[in-house]
Amino acid sequence: MTLGPVPQDADAVLGATSVGPIDAPAEVQDVVAAYESRGVWRMSLEVFLEHRLAVAGVGIVIFMVLFCFVGPLIYQTDQVNSDLASSVIAPGAGHVLGTDTAGYDVMGRLMVAGQTSIEVGLAAALIATGFGVLWGAIAGYFGGVVDAVMMRFVDVLLAIPPLYLLLFLVVAFSANIVTLILVIALVSWLVPARLIRGETLSLRTREYVQAVKMMGGRGGRIVLRHIVPNTIGTTMVNVTFQVADAILLVAYLSFLGLGIAPPATNWGAMLSDGVTYIFDGYWWLIYPAGIAIVLTVVAFNFIGDGLRDSLEVRLQRR
Amino acid sequence: MLGYIIRRVLQAVLITIGVTLVVFVLFHVLDLQGGGVARAILGNRATAVQIAQFNHDNGLNLSWPQQYVNYLGNLIHGDFGYSYKLNQSVGSLLAQDLPKTLLLMSLSYGLAIIVAVPLGIYQAVRRNKIDDYVFTGITFIFYSMPVFWLGIILIVIFAGTFHVLPPEGPQGTNVGDLFSQFTALILPVLTLSLITIALFSRYMRSSVLENMVQDYVRTARAKGASNTRVLFLHVMRNAMIPILTLIGLSVGYIFSGALVTEALFNYPGIGLLTWTSAITKDYPVILGVIVVTGLATVLGSLMADILYAVADPRVRYTR
Repeated sequence: MTLGPVPQDADAVLGATSVGPIDAPAEVQDVVAAYESRGVWRMSLEVFLEHRLAVAGVGIVIFMVLFCFVGPLIYQTDQVNSDLASSVIAPGAGHVLGTDTAGYDVMGRLMVAGQTSIEVGLAAALIATGFGVLWGAIAGYFGGVVDAVMMRFVDVLLAIPPLYLLLFLVVAFSANIVTLILVIALVSWLVPARLIRGETLSLRTREYVQAVKMMGGRGGRIVLRHIVPNTIGTTMVNVTFQVADAILLVAYLSFLGLGIAPPATNWGAMLSDGVTYIFDGYWWLIYPAGIAIVLTVVAFNFIGDGLRDSLEVRLQRR
Repeated sequence: MLGYIIRRVLQAVLITIGVTLVVFVLFHVLDLQGGGVARAILGNRATAVQIAQFNHDNGLNLSWPQQYVNYLGNLIHGDFGYSYKLNQSVGSLLAQDLPKTLLLMSLSYGLAIIVAVPLGIYQAVRRNKIDDYVFTGITFIFYSMPVFWLGIILIVIFAGTFHVLPPEGPQGTNVGDLFSQFTALILPVLTLSLITIALFSRYMRSSVLENMVQDYVRTARAKGASNTRVLFLHVMRNAMIPILTLIGLSVGYIFSGALVTEALFNYPGIGLLTWTSAITKDYPVILGVIVVTGLATVLGSLMADILYAVADPRVRYTR
């Protein structure tokens, strides 16, 4: 997912096609019973592992994290001082992926840039989802006027195309890593808020919530201790999609020249430097960074897709 | 039906008012920069006299509710503010550039739907077979690509290697100008629609799958209708209804994609206008664009909902 509030969970929205009850022979029922006794989480994990693309996604993410954070320890390059004498060297023995226009080694740059992209993406996704989950749970649990006001506010912000709002905020509060994380979170918390509010509406009628109420548990405690933890499935699915979105948003801002100022860099900034030279045949300025973004974003999207399928197993068991 | 439409329109009006409130707050957020709104808009070199004049002209000395009422009044009269950087009213800038963005967006929507609907049906029919996975993979990759990077690759291929299409979008002051340079339109439209196809085809796939187990399909089959007939005459028509909702919901997403596409191809729409205004810190223009795109998004989902209710009468009673 990229630019904004579009429901990514087509299957969830439309509902999975269900198969009616079937009378299975006794031995099959035994097998099913044994399968079910292994617990919901175990089953979810199995469904997730069957989702080949999702497993591939996990592999790619682990690889990318190792590449960006451990890679620089093994493949050491100078990413602080530019070296104009050795700019735009084609990939070869000395520089695996060549050098860029300032003489930085592209492979090493890819690692440093990836650190920023992944850090900002993760942080923004966690903040946005955390805030959205709380917002949605509070609105859904208390209902009535509180719900109406809180959700109309979400509707209003959803009507504003996120990138336009983001441009305004980035220009008004000049971008550094912290403000970048905050403004991206600020345009990203709306979808989780909506999803969790919907789920809370059904959770609040559950027996255990009613029981806590009867025992005198207060609203805040119910929301934090009983409702929010039970939305963990939806929340996890959403976080993965949000990370993918946030990495793209960081890249967009950098491409538009409104991201983090040099010498800090990220994959988007590398690309926007390379764009100037598209007709000069410096392919190594355009492809490695682009492929890194696409791989990481696709990986997170695949993981989200797989998590959603395994979440459906849990929901069916309830 | 009429009741449903009236309720839905009222809701849209409420959200539009909300959008103007948000923009009003954003305008005053500029106060946080330290120098006040006037300083943020006029720049560091503005003299005390100019700032006092600006505050007076824009009623910034009034109370907030008074200011908001004035702002709303201005908007209703088509006054979206004034760009001090371009020396032009924001309204005239929007009137010039918005239609061009809408042209780009509608062509891209059209292309994306033409490709995604058959693709979604095909994937549903071939569910969980190898070609379903391949197409899922391909559409996901396009979906995960940064718009500008996809655009760059298309430029390198079609303008660099083969020299068949121009690397820049069409130039001109009105939609007619742009339309007359059709070859220049192809790459921007292609870029924007490729990232959208996954969105629609995923939806179409699930929607077809859901419809294929419905009773009416069994009835049609029992009456002896062929597979093709069932699929394209019965299932497709029903499966396309949810796509309407998706079109409404994705307007904001496409607007954002259009911004990046316009920036890359130098396509003279409101996306490019917003970007250049962001670079020059021309806040009134950005805020004007936010109001207009917000309004367009609200109208988009309103129209989608009404069309949905026309296409699927069940909605009117359940919502």
